[in-house]
Amino acid sequence: MTPQDIYLLSPEISLAGLALTIVILDVFIKNRLLVQSTIGIGLLVPVIFSILLWNGIGIETSLDSNTQTFGVFNTLVVDKFTLLFKFMFLGILSIVIMSSMSYVHRFERTKIEYFSLLIFSTVGMMLLSSTRELVTIYIALELTALPMAALIAISGNKLSSEAGIKFLILSAISSALLLYGMVWVYGLTGTTDVAEIFLSIEEMSRQNGSVSMIAFGNYGLLLGVIFIIAGFGFKISSVPFHMWVPDVYEGAPTPITAFLSVASKAAGFAVILRVFYGSFSSDVLSIEWSMLFAIMAVLSMVIGNFVAIAQKNIKRLLAYSTIAHAGYIMMGLTVVSGRMEGVALEGPSSVVFYLIGYAATNLAAFVAVIAVSNKTGSDLIEDFSGIAKRSPIIAICLAVALISLTGIPPTVGFMAKLNVFNSALNGGLWWLVLAGTISSVVSAYYYLRIIKVMYLSDPLENAPIKLDPLTGIALMVTVSAVVVFGLYPTPVIKAAHIAVEFLLI
Amino acid sequence: MGLQQFLIIGAILFFIGLFGAFTKRNTIVVLMCIELMFNAVNLTAVAMSRYVVPYNNNHGVLIPETILTGHIFSIFIITIAAAEIAIGLAIVIALVRNYKSVFISDAKELKH
Repeated sequence: MTPQDIYLLSPEISLAGLALTIVILDVFIKNRLLVQSTIGIGLLVPVIFSILLWNGIGIETSLDSNTQTFGVFNTLVVDKFTLLFKFMFLGILSIVIMSSMSYVHRFERTKIEYFSLLIFSTVGMMLLSSTRELVTIYIALELTALPMAALIAISGNKLSSEAGIKFLILSAISSALLLYGMVWVYGLTGTTDVAEIFLSIEEMSRQNGSVSMIAFGNYGLLLGVIFIIAGFGFKISSVPFHMWVPDVYEGAPTPITAFLSVASKAAGFAVILRVFYGSFSSDVLSIEWSMLFAIMAVLSMVIGNFVAIAQKNIKRLLAYSTIAHAGYIMMGLTVVSGRMEGVALEGPSSVVFYLIGYAATNLAAFVAVIAVSNKTGSDLIEDFSGIAKRSPIIAICLAVALISLTGIPPTVGFMAKLNVFNSALNGGLWWLVLAGTISSVVSAYYYLRIIKVMYLSDPLENAPIKLDPLTGIALMVTVSAVVVFGLYPTPVIKAAHIAVEFLLI
Repeated sequence: MGLQQFLIIGAILFFIGLFGAFTKRNTIVVLMCIELMFNAVNLTAVAMSRYVVPYNNNHGVLIPETILTGHIFSIFIITIAAAEIAIGLAIVIALVRNYKSVFISDAKELKH
């Protein structure tokens, strides 16, 4: 490790340092406010480092529009793609921490460990977005998943421990599937470096006559790719790997559910973009895997949206909605076959924009749910009746978030869906867009039903719901992001375009 | 012994583990099945590293930097699998405290 490597890794290192510091501080200092302010100040450090790296300050090879910086024996890359995701994860982490402050009293003894594990999981996600080597990808993935399993089970009650064991078992199975695929790809290409895998596959497809050089020809490689898709499919919660999602989302503490639904999904898509556009984008493979993603997208949209109609618990409903949204996002991955016509980057950039919009929207919805369930102690949709009379602010924020999840203008959900559908249409996948549109219409039924319950039903009791300040700030920030990005999406779309240009180098 | 035998044993172990992980009721046995899957991956990684990779790169010319990647991969997998099982057992203890049973089929609070 050179000093340059440490500087390139400084956002992750400083964040991991913060996680360790608060655990040690908690042993000696019982002052709650001090620990909270340490978290607040500590979160600024990785943001500052990320901003410095984005502007290319202090990096030997300058980060202008078309260069990337590699570090730590070429296993990590720092470019605008990874930094955009790092900003996103840090933003999500801050919102989740703010909304957790009013929630953590439910497990008073392990409060600090909760924040520490949350930060460690974010470190894993940040590493995941910047790895370009299969072994490192696996390690970063486990650094993301293992603290998450502990966080899901942290309440220690019946629901929480059941959700924890289900998440852990399924995440371990998915890692094993992923590893098996990675090992096949490694064995047949001879390298674990994402860019070199691409070169090796190109080389093999050029000298197609001498298949004796490759064991099993093309099929071995395809087997590996299918196992890798299965492994990542669990992380992004797409059908047919979605069985764990509703149970885990219902059993986990609500802030963790929010974190899982946006950050874990964004990390999964970041690494999918990196691996599939980096290594498997040659023509011999991309037709197969883009078709697999298209089929998974249709299944996710249809099953997610139709099963969500019957749900009575709002966390379960949002779990099925998250499966459906994984389907919408996957539509952006399917247009790789249009690479020759010059629309290749439209797909990934619409994926990145969708992830940012979805993060803001879903966080707004979850923060509102946390604010309500802190007072009512229930996650059932019927307990949301008449919330508009008890707390007009929470009701209007949740309504905006749900409208954005449906995809109605002027919210960011509409712009994100428009982008994804547009890129799929340009790739010639009209049947995918048709399935997406129909399932969006279906989704309007269950999203708008919650708004109806909030505004038109009579409240169960009349005591007003008070927002505590940090949750209120989190709610305001996310809802204003939903509306502002919906009305003026140009800067975010531009940032997404700049970011994905680094994928196809 | 050639590559094929190793790969076939690896595949058999992997799918025994996968089958067991989805069908067994005892949480400890499920964790053991997952361990079996990881070990099948290790076997495949080391076999690939020994037999295929050296002859795949640069038309049979050995490249010293890449020749041991599969072995190192399997060491990382062993390490992380141990961490995974540690957290798994911790959650199993919480599960047993709540349900007085180690069978995952008894944990049915979350409705399907």
